[in-house]
Amino acid sequence: MTKIVIIGNGMTSYKFCEKIIAKAVPGTLQLVVFGEEPRPAYDRVHLSAFFSGKTAQDLELAPADWYAQQGITLHLGDPVQHIDRAQKTVHSHKGITETYDYLVMATGAAAFVPPIPGVDKKGVFIYRTIEDLEMIRDYAPHAATGAVIGGGLLGLEAAKALLDLGLRDTHVIEFAPRLMPRQIDDSGSSLLKAQLEKLGLRVHTSMQTTAILGDDTITGLQFADDSSLPADILIISAGIAPRDELARLCGLDTGHRGGIVVNEQLQTSDPYIYAIGECALYNGMIYGLVAPGYEMAEVVASQLTGTEKAFTGFDMSTKLKLIGVDVASFGNPFTPADQCRSIVFEDTLKGVYKRINITPDGQHLLGGILIGDADDYNMLLQTAKNKVVLPPNPEDVLLGARGGQAEGAAGVLGLPDEATICSCENISKAAICNAVKDGHETLDAVKKCTKAATCCGGCAPMVKDLITATLKSQGKYIRNVLCEHFDYSRQELFDLIRIKNLYSFDEVLDHYGHGDGCEVCKPAIASILASLWNEMILAKGNDTAQDSNDRFLANIQKGGTYSVVPRVPGGEITPRQLMVIAQVAEKYNLYTKITGGQRIDMFGAHVNDLPLIWEELIAAGFESGHAYGKALRTVKSCVGSTWCRFGLHDSVSYAIRIEQRYRGLRAPHKIKSAVSGCIRECAEAQSKDFGIIATEKGWNLYVCGNGGSKPQHAVLLAGDLDSETCIRYIDRFLMFYIKTADPLTRTATWLNKLDGGIEYLRNVVVNDSLGIAAQLESEMQALVDNYKCEWKEVVENPALRKRFSHFVNAPEEKDPTVSFEHLREQKKAAEWK
Amino acid sequence: MSLSNTATITWFFACKVEDVPANGGVCVKYRDEQIALFHFSRRGEWYATQNLCPHRRQMALSRGMIGTQGGEPKVACPFHKKSFSLADGRCLSDDTECSLTTYPVKVEEDRVYIGIVNGSGHAAVMA
Ligand code: SRM
Ligand SMILES: Cc1cc2nc3c(=O)[nH]c(=O)nc-3n(C[C@H](O)[C@H](O)[C@H](O)COP(=O)(O)OP(=O)(O)OC[C@H]3O[C@@H](n4cnc5c(N)ncnc54)[C@H](O)[C@@H]3O)c2cc1C
Ligand code: SF4
Ligand code: FES
Repeated sequence: MTKIVIIGNGMTSYKFCEKIIAKAVPGTLQLVVFGEEPRPAYDRVHLSAFFSGKTAQDLELAPADWYAQQGITLHLGDPVQHIDRAQKTVHSHKGITETYDYLVMATGAAAFVPPIPGVDKKGVFIYRTIEDLEMIRDYAPHAATGAVIGGGLLGLEAAKALLDLGLRDTHVIEFAPRLMPRQIDDSGSSLLKAQLEKLGLRVHTSMQTTAILGDDTITGLQFADDSSLPADILIISAGIAPRDELARLCGLDTGHRGGIVVNEQLQTSDPYIYAIGECALYNGMIYGLVAPGYEMAEVVASQLTGTEKAFTGFDMSTKLKLIGVDVASFGNPFTPADQCRSIVFEDTLKGVYKRINITPDGQHLLGGILIGDADDYNMLLQTAKNKVVLPPNPEDVLLGARGGQAEGAAGVLGLPDEATICSCENISKAAICNAVKDGHETLDAVKKCTKAATCCGGCAPMVKDLITATLKSQGKYIRNVLCEHFDYSRQELFDLIRIKNLYSFDEVLDHYGHGDGCEVCKPAIASILASLWNEMILAKGNDTAQDSNDRFLANIQKGGTYSVVPRVPGGEITPRQLMVIAQVAEKYNLYTKITGGQRIDMFGAHVNDLPLIWEELIAAGFESGHAYGKALRTVKSCVGSTWCRFGLHDSVSYAIRIEQRYRGLRAPHKIKSAVSGCIRECAEAQSKDFGIIATEKGWNLYVCGNGGSKPQHAVLLAGDLDSETCIRYIDRFLMFYIKTADPLTRTATWLNKLDGGIEYLRNVVVNDSLGIAAQLESEMQALVDNYKCEWKEVVENPALRKRFSHFVNAPEEKDPTVSFEHLREQKKAAEWK
Repeated sequence: MSLSNTATITWFFACKVEDVPANGGVCVKYRDEQIALFHFSRRGEWYATQNLCPHRRQMALSRGMIGTQGGEPKVACPFHKKSFSLADGRCLSDDTECSLTTYPVKVEEDRVYIGIVNGSGHAAVMA
């Protein structure tokens, strides 16, 4: 039995335990771990997630029971204070003495705090442990202005955390002339700075802090250039200091600037003592990242279980997370200009900067920097690491092949088998492909089997691409199936359900699926049924197949209340209707807001109140606005020729006509529209799924525009149409979209994927190239004729009404956990934890 | 599912079978607690879990959608779609998310009862 004592229970310590347990013959090892922190090892990399609701327990890498189950003795809250190398024993703060055969030091690093006078004042924090974050969280509400010393990876993360904690006025102070001096170059840094300032951070570079001002409590910072900055809270994130104090005490070799010196085997100057993670100094270098620490854990675990393995350095590529701007640097981003060629792409408008360094012969990628768009990070990193030969025009790896050529060597399949895909867990391309070949054909299955993509998740898109590529190479046809319960695509099911005349989710499942359904196939099929038959969506047992918002005919919000959005066709509303909304909102204590869709949203309704609220609205002539459904939302209008001196036609009347025609229409995703009275386009019709703009001769019809996160302009489908033809084209267009789009695909994405693009679509809709135009029109007419306001049906139907209560056994009572906070003259949902 | 031998279960009457939508859930009030009760009628099964979703601490699971994943019955929270096993409460979408407390359910003559261990009003924790 070999006894191994591990000092420190941080990320690498845990990984070491996991790895050595997996490698060792059971019963041959005894492991004892000492941790200084009060809790078992947690995910420090995602520490900031603590502020967005993760608890300390959520962040645990494994619960304390795990150690017990593996037979590992874990002493928490008990730092080792002394190592006796002659006796091979360690002594802890609480008085425990343990002997060891081998000792593994995984003591990590502490935040480096520069010797600035005043760092001990109240309101000054570091950013390393859960306790640090707890203190920051408790202090932040008393502060208005925040500052962070250090504009590196961690400093920026800390600054974003202060912003998210509500400190709208947050400053980053960097000593160097640029941000992230170790990862990115000057141009990259100035672009990053501009992007961060858009997020609300204020960045000060070339600033040396000389003192922290205030009596007991911080009030500001003093700089070397005699300027100063008021601040109520300060986080110091100026680098890390390896925890080598124990090693020093027992006479192990340490570096000038800290760190426990190790060789390729990760042995310290005492061959029975190893050091791994952020405390280890290999080849003059401290690796302040988790992936090299895990690799070190792997090397030592292998050696102690009898397999030779060496640590030969590690790539310091990183991708910054959480900050709201993509930043990545990989390989060597700073190769001197005489040893490489650089290709730089910059778009200051979009805030994108990309630079790659390649060998002078143009064959290999050496490293680079990506800011604003780091989607290609994994691919480029692997191309550099694996010395993949670059395409003839190396700029293609930055800009994509632009000559209509097929993807060159840079695709995932171009990578060699040894290429590391998941660097946190060190999983190779071969391991992932083999797992797929062994039958693990989904991302979840591959994650479980290989552990790839389970840590930071950054490689998940590449893993997905590999799964698809491997399946394809095996000759497997990748069908776009709904989920594990249906081996059909949405389009196939749409046709099957229509042909078989099926009306409920259960019938469809019995005919074409297997198992019991899930949150993916249920709403997709419920939506198909609604698009086909336009029956009451809560009937025939389909209520529980509807997405939660559809099931309660309202959008659920923070805290569990709902919003109420009556339809206001074209945005036209009478003073009397406004009074009704005002009365209802006051009576039921609802927050009111004008939406971006030209109507009024009332928020904060208890589920019990929904039928009562709608009863009053319906009595006053309102209808459901379907704000909760994948359905027609709003048809915005501009005021048009009735009042506007430029208006060509009456855009409001036409918008109302369109909205009333398609109200309640359900589709693969929501549909929005707008009508503008002239080319000045005040209704923003060109950002809608279908938009109409008045011309001298009629209407121009635009389709497939989108707002949202990837905005896209609509494209002209047909011009100068009369009102009737325009509606016929819209009928055909919408029905064709409804029949053929994948679930949750907006019209813009649908068009982008449509073979033949807008030309094809125009042929189908305008020239009737498929000969289905008449059918599409009559199908649409059937849906239009079948329209009923679903809220009216609920209000009039006691059985449906009954479902709108919180407690089944106390239907009168409201959810007592719902609470609100005061905001200006109204209320808002209480912040969630 | 197994209950420890020493535990005694107190059954309380939650509602009638017809009060729960087929293949859906309702929220049951038990003293100061909220319990989500599900009728997985397609499988002829009943389940009960805490109503609180541990992710953002929302009283919402009874309004979630039920289904299966690899044959295992589960509920997906309406807020962010994290799903939890109805059988043992563990989170199926995220290894780090907390588990749900689950409760035994029995149906007698159209009446649905939820079991509370030791009458403590707390977690009939099932392994
Ligand atoms: C209320 C409103 C914001 C406001 O206060 O103005 C709003 C609120 C929500 N939007 Fe929106 N959107 C609102 C106008 C918009 C607009 C502007 C517009 O319609 O002119 C857009 C961009 C235009 C577009 O859709 O192309 C917009 C793009 C989105 C998206 C992104 C869609 C996309 O294609 O990427 C989502 C997410 C989704 O649907 O999956 C979304 C989702 C949501 C949800 C439903 C989020 C959710 O699931 O809870 C919000 C519901 C709040 C609630 O409880 O009622 N909302 N949303 C607006 C309601 C308009 C209305 O009267 O119905
Ligand atoms: C906010 C933040 C964000 C980060 N983001 C990233 C990122 O995006 N990507 C990335 O790769 N890395 C990131 N890191 C760095 C990463 O967390 C570290 O590289 C990693 O945690 C190092 O692991 P370790 O085991 O060496 O040290 P640690 O995780 O610090 O563990 C060392 C442990 O040893 C304990 N200890 C020290 N001395 C003793 C003693 N004498 N006795 C007992 N116990 C002792 C310490 O208390 C500590 O718990 C981030 C770090 C922070 C703080
Ligand atoms: S933009 Fe985001 S936060 Fe604002 S309403 Fe839309 S979904 Fe909600
Ligand atoms: S609150 Fe349930 S998944 Fe987020």
